[in-house]
Amino acid sequence: MQITIAGHHTTKVGELWEKGLADLFQEAIGGSVKNAGIDSRQIDQVFVASKAPGEFNNQLHLNALVSQFFNHFPPSMRVEGACASGGLALLAAEQAILSGYCQTALVVGAEKMTDTTASNATRILAMAANHDAENGSTFPGLYALLAQVHTEKFKTSREMLSAVAVKNHTHALENPLAQFHREFTLDQVSQSPLVADPLRLLDCSPISDGASAVILTGRKMKNKPKILGFGHAQDALDLASRKDLTTLRATVQAAQKSYQMADVRPDQIQLAEVHDCFTIAEILAIEDLGFFDKGMGGRATLNHETKLNGKVVINLSGGLKAFGHPIGATGIKQVVYLAQQIEDERYKLGLAHNVGGSGATAVVHVVG
Amino acid sequence: MPVINKPVGIVAYGTELPSWSLSIKELEMAHNKEIGTVSNSLLVEQKTVPDFDEDTITLSTSAAWQALARAGITKNFGSKKISALFVGSESHPYAVKPSGSVVAGALGLPEELAMADLQFACKAGTQGMQICASYILSDFAKYALAIGADVAQAKPGDALEYTAAAGAAAFIFGSTNLLVKLLATSSVASDTPDFWRKSGEDFPHHGGRFTGKPAYFYHVIKSSKMLLKEMKLKAEDFDYCVFHTPNGKFPLQAAKQLGFSSKQLKPGLIVKKVGNTYAGSVPLALAAILDQAPAGKKIFVTAYGSGAGADSFVFETTDNLPKQRKKWQDFTLDKIKNLQPISYQQYARLTKDRYH
Repeated sequence: MQITIAGHHTTKVGELWEKGLADLFQEAIGGSVKNAGIDSRQIDQVFVASKAPGEFNNQLHLNALVSQFFNHFPPSMRVEGACASGGLALLAAEQAILSGYCQTALVVGAEKMTDTTASNATRILAMAANHDAENGSTFPGLYALLAQVHTEKFKTSREMLSAVAVKNHTHALENPLAQFHREFTLDQVSQSPLVADPLRLLDCSPISDGASAVILTGRKMKNKPKILGFGHAQDALDLASRKDLTTLRATVQAAQKSYQMADVRPDQIQLAEVHDCFTIAEILAIEDLGFFDKGMGGRATLNHETKLNGKVVINLSGGLKAFGHPIGATGIKQVVYLAQQIEDERYKLGLAHNVGGSGATAVVHVVG
Repeated sequence: MPVINKPVGIVAYGTELPSWSLSIKELEMAHNKEIGTVSNSLLVEQKTVPDFDEDTITLSTSAAWQALARAGITKNFGSKKISALFVGSESHPYAVKPSGSVVAGALGLPEELAMADLQFACKAGTQGMQICASYILSDFAKYALAIGADVAQAKPGDALEYTAAAGAAAFIFGSTNLLVKLLATSSVASDTPDFWRKSGEDFPHHGGRFTGKPAYFYHVIKSSKMLLKEMKLKAEDFDYCVFHTPNGKFPLQAAKQLGFSSKQLKPGLIVKKVGNTYAGSVPLALAAILDQAPAGKKIFVTAYGSGAGADSFVFETTDNLPKQRKKWQDFTLDKIKNLQPISYQQYARLTKDRYH
């Protein structure tokens, strides 16, 4: 059975002061149903992704909140896996369709993050780390440790990290839904305020509001993008329990599974939306996904091999860095972006890579 | 009362700043920030620091005293002629008991006085100016005194601390012998919780980036556009402009959005050297412009108050302003030039003394 992306919609991403969490869900759902051109009663099941609506918005029981947007109240459940919530919700829907439990599922993810202070948002996000083993840590701090190890072993330079941010901000200029439409130079990134050495402000993805939805179906549909493969893997939650900090093992394993299911090789992928929550995360991702040899991701980025018209185009949407990172929506908006590119016949084969925490959860999709 | 058809305006004004200043570099070092990162982002180099015994009442009194002295020089003006006083501030020393009664007593204003303290975050001073103009226009008062003053509060280490400063400006409104004519004014207000301090709390809270687009910019732009439309004027019809200065960046962006140039804005942009004096900021910036503007110049002013609202004004200087100014001294820029820099340690001690 093939899974088809019947419809999709992503909202504008940014500081959406005039929109609440429910507004974002409703807009993404309405947009995806309209895009699919189906009767919403055909949706058998709903999967909802959101990382921390309780902490950000004092709202839980999201499965019921979202089901209420439909006249027929479809069965609905919420999936949470930190920043990989969106990718995991897609997996849940795909497994439900492949098992025959349902035929058509809507997957929607949203996060409304800007109604609190930056320090509180940092505290909420840190709940995705190991509370006991990494108490007091922040995500910039954890990814800074990964960056330090990568730098020490592979001589990944400050300029290479900056090149990721520069590229993704340039790519985002063509994405009207992106949070930022502003170009930066390597120097501007390298000289932005220090957050956690070596990561600076412009190495970090922003705090964002936004939502994204896809309608997946096992029904046969022509001229619509398909989910060709998916993979999911886990690693230790805390960095101290990992065997190697120069690689995210969960990404490697999830990628292998998805390549195997889709029967494709990494060198066949033309376009990849990878989880660049920090610049070092993109460098790790493009190595772990098999696009570049281990230790060469930074150099490849600096050499423009991941830019538009490069060897493999990485984060054409702007990525988490410039498109934005409304956490629950992120894994879904990556797939939505690929689907749109394929529908527009700009690319034939794309990959989406969604990571939870500092790499404990990874979900990879191949779309074509 | 958008467009005003009767004579009303400023007959005298005065300012007051504390004696001390603290460079933002000192604060950056104290808070372990890279030097220049905060000041370059906020476009503020230093801020005034009040002494431990300075507050809204002392600063208001000194600013008003200069206004009265200047008025006295020009036309034998006495404090007894003032019959209305409004003191706008968000740091009134008492929750109950007006600052204005102490200020009035210190200045020797008559007891036949309409007087109240005002509070609307950073626009309390300009709201007082609008009320004073109304008193003159309605013949409730022949002369009315409006003061905007603050000893701005900020929690140590909070983003607000980099700019929270102290200062005051006072304006005597009347209908004859005007230095500056008030041609029009308008206001907007909405329930926008971007910045607040609850009763009993020492320091205000703020909504981070929410204080920008939906708060400051929404209200400043709306009020400004409303008045420009009402007056059938454009940005280029003005010689100077003033927008509330929580930092140096916001007024630049607001001016740009409305079509004003940095040349129009620069003479009033004293925030770079003074910091954010909250309710004192727009009144002080206007005073800095009046300290140098020739006759017949149009000034566009929009103040912003969190919570939130904005007051816009169109002023025009008269021949009287440069003529009288020759007799005055101790201008706003002189006060800025005379600020004495202190270290973070001295600043910390002054702050500790203030709150303990």
